[in-house]
Amino acid sequence: MRQPLEGSQAIARAVVAARAQVVAAYPITPQTHIVEHIARMVADGAASCELVSVESEFSAASVVLGAAMAGSRAYTATASQGLLLMGEVLYNIAGLRVPLVMTVANRALSAPLSIWNDQQDSMAMRDAGWVQLYCSDNQEAVDTTIQAFRIAETLEVPVMVCVDGFTLTHTLEAIELPEQEVVDRFLPPYRFARALDPLHPKTFGTLVGPEYYAEMRELHHRALLAALEVIPRVDEEWAAATGRASGGLLRMEGDSEARTGVLTLGSIFGTLADAREVYADCRPLRLVHLRCFRPFPAAALRAAAAGLERLVVLERAISPGAGGIVTAEVRAALAELDRPPQVHGFAVGLGGRDVPLDLLPRLLASLPPRPGPFRIFDLDVQKLPEGGS
Amino acid sequence: MIEIRIHGRGGQGNVVAAYLLATAAIDEGWHAQAFPAFGAERRGAPVTAFVRLARFPFRRRNQILHPDFLIIQDPALLHVPGVLDGLKEGGAVLMDGTKPPAGVEAVALPATRLAQEYLGRPVPNTALAAAFFTLTGLLPLTALAGALKARFRGPVLEANLRLIEAAAAAVEAGRWRERIHATAP
Amino acid sequence: MTNETVSLDNLRANQPRFSGLTSGHRACLGCGQALAARLVLEAAGPDVMIANATGCLEIFTTPWPESAWRVPWLHSLFENTGAVAAGMEAALKAQGKSTRVLAFGGDGGTFDIGFQALSGMLERGHEVLYVCFDNEAYMNTGIQRSSSTPHAAATTTSPAGRARMGKRHLKKDILSIIAAHHIPYAATASVAYPADVRKKVRRALALPGPSFLLVHSPCPLGWGHEGALSIEVARLAVETGLFPLVELERGSVVGVLPLREPKPVTEYLKLQGRFAHLFADDPRAREELAHLQALADANIERYGLRATAGGLDTESADTVRRGGGQWA
Repeated sequence: MRQPLEGSQAIARAVVAARAQVVAAYPITPQTHIVEHIARMVADGAASCELVSVESEFSAASVVLGAAMAGSRAYTATASQGLLLMGEVLYNIAGLRVPLVMTVANRALSAPLSIWNDQQDSMAMRDAGWVQLYCSDNQEAVDTTIQAFRIAETLEVPVMVCVDGFTLTHTLEAIELPEQEVVDRFLPPYRFARALDPLHPKTFGTLVGPEYYAEMRELHHRALLAALEVIPRVDEEWAAATGRASGGLLRMEGDSEARTGVLTLGSIFGTLADAREVYADCRPLRLVHLRCFRPFPAAALRAAAAGLERLVVLERAISPGAGGIVTAEVRAALAELDRPPQVHGFAVGLGGRDVPLDLLPRLLASLPPRPGPFRIFDLDVQKLPEGGS
Repeated sequence: MIEIRIHGRGGQGNVVAAYLLATAAIDEGWHAQAFPAFGAERRGAPVTAFVRLARFPFRRRNQILHPDFLIIQDPALLHVPGVLDGLKEGGAVLMDGTKPPAGVEAVALPATRLAQEYLGRPVPNTALAAAFFTLTGLLPLTALAGALKARFRGPVLEANLRLIEAAAAAVEAGRWRERIHATAP
Repeated sequence: MTNETVSLDNLRANQPRFSGLTSGHRACLGCGQALAARLVLEAAGPDVMIANATGCLEIFTTPWPESAWRVPWLHSLFENTGAVAAGMEAALKAQGKSTRVLAFGGDGGTFDIGFQALSGMLERGHEVLYVCFDNEAYMNTGIQRSSSTPHAAATTTSPAGRARMGKRHLKKDILSIIAAHHIPYAATASVAYPADVRKKVRRALALPGPSFLLVHSPCPLGWGHEGALSIEVARLAVETGLFPLVELERGSVVGVLPLREPKPVTEYLKLQGRFAHLFADDPRAREELAHLQALADANIERYGLRATAGGLDTESADTVRRGGGQWA
């Protein structure tokens, strides 16, 4: 049944429904409501997890690492500065191959300080060895969170569920919460074969010399590549159980005859989808939501781009001095096609700048015959000082 | 689609007002979305919230630049530049207060005074939400009551339920019904 | 943007009382931190630079492109204030300059996430005055519990409900931890005693080496009271013994603000929404009230807060000293 729920509240309920036993978190806008809802459920006796209110995000990640290693399903949530502060631990968790789920309430990075939404934070952690899944609406946030536990525990790889901060976390909309029985059938009890156990004592986290480091990293790389198969399979199973698919590795919409496509990650997809319907000039158009950024679904992307002459990448981050992050990876993957589309890359909505409905028609109308250098599409040059630096 | 922008100050509950409007609509089978324009938590700071209501599914999440309706929870905000910006031709304004200022066409409801009377707190949000539903005829007051029941309990709930009846009675039912049809939900 | 250079002499002379934190900032009505920061700067004067942690103070004083600070001021991150201040101090020392370094942080940034950096700064003896504005929770992010949140207080991450009576854990005894660093001067203060705040700042800056000041700063929004009651609430915290005003030198207590007749903790608690659940007709609530009274009584005992002093009425007299140096 559709319920009116704030995104954060729905995610909190999903975490509790997934029977997370240990939740550790440190407050950071805009993740706060997720943890507050869990705390409220615990205070009212509606949830029985251990909620550890830690002294920093570095500790939040460390607490859930310890909990998962000791045999409990564990969860944390953070954003922006907090994600960076736990950076060292994220690499450690992934390298130790510990199953964990974390919500990242995507938020811009200081400096300049910002509490508003972009995806610079999760992009900064793309090489930590976690699965990264992006949600385009709050229903996907709920469904993907539950799927994330299944993916993590199947592959023994941690999963980051990226949910645009404020835009999704603080938005109230109609959401279907899955029944507890459905979740219980979908998520078997946590069983981590390598958990710390006095009956079967094992040693973890040791120094590894050059003789074996590369092989361990290869296994980690392969596990993430294996996710390319696991992620769509888990989504199909979830769709069979609930009637709702969450977008697999990526989701395509629009006109089959289109020669132009637009690809993005996260909540601005919805605005682009509506713009395509509202503005005739925006059709025919293919829209691609890249749900899975890590592992990078190169083959699926090549299939999705088949027949396109141009693909526009709209991303919510920038690598200063280089340009697009998603754009570069998309371009590299599509270069392997016999006739790769032109890839036009833009950053948009940095630091929480609103992405209006009419951005899409303006964008499409302004595309040059050949892709120019990566740029911030919605830059306001009037705000730059003279001389531009 | 009906787009509503609600202006208030931190502590006046305009974000909750937005959530209540959307909740009531969703409970009645509409598609709806409510969200604040965000900033650091602070009492007294201007806060804007947005609501979209439609009979068809929609997916956009951009801020509302051209609202069909404006709800102003603090009359002093009418002097803040930009508060009335973008109101659609034929759009309407509901404000807290007794009389719209010169040059502003609006329906005024002494919502803060009513709230003080019924709740003992100057939080005008529920009264204004009730007035909005009554003026537009969009949803029955019972839908708002249902949304209140999901969010509040005990004496606070009871007081709010009485307040919304009083607020609804204080405005002209269906005055804005034509404007709703004009916006083609 | 224009650059105006004003010599420090002129700055002081041009106003009757130095105002390092000026008006126009965006703090809530009755904000304890805003008052405390202003008092600290009045006493510290203009020849300072500030390292400020993330938090309410940082946010409401610097809505870009405006700033309420009239002294050099840097916000880096949440967890590194002690370290940033240490770096400033090292540079000024290397340059032979007299400018003093102040580090500002809330309880979250001091007791929790910034603790490591603070401890390191104190241990290495950097000549920095660290001021912690203690409003007993993470307020800027929406009232979440910190380790400074008092026992049984309700916050959004330690709410009161069927299964819980607010925060389960005690307020961290930060002063004992600071004392264990044996720094020249550490003290607690309260915005309800503004002259005392200024005096302690001057005392701290007069002594060489690191110093630490914990200033109790009510947050009307987070504590659940009207802004107009902030001073009264702060005073009651002191008068009940829940927030004792003490001074330490090299880890030993050298001065306290004595209480003639400590007030029962209920006088303080009943004014605040965050303790409202303790006044329900519930045996668990009564138990927590007794617990909080016991904490207050233990403070009074431990720090010798009762004003006896040979028949003299020393209530709130801040010139009463037991041991320590000869200064007013």
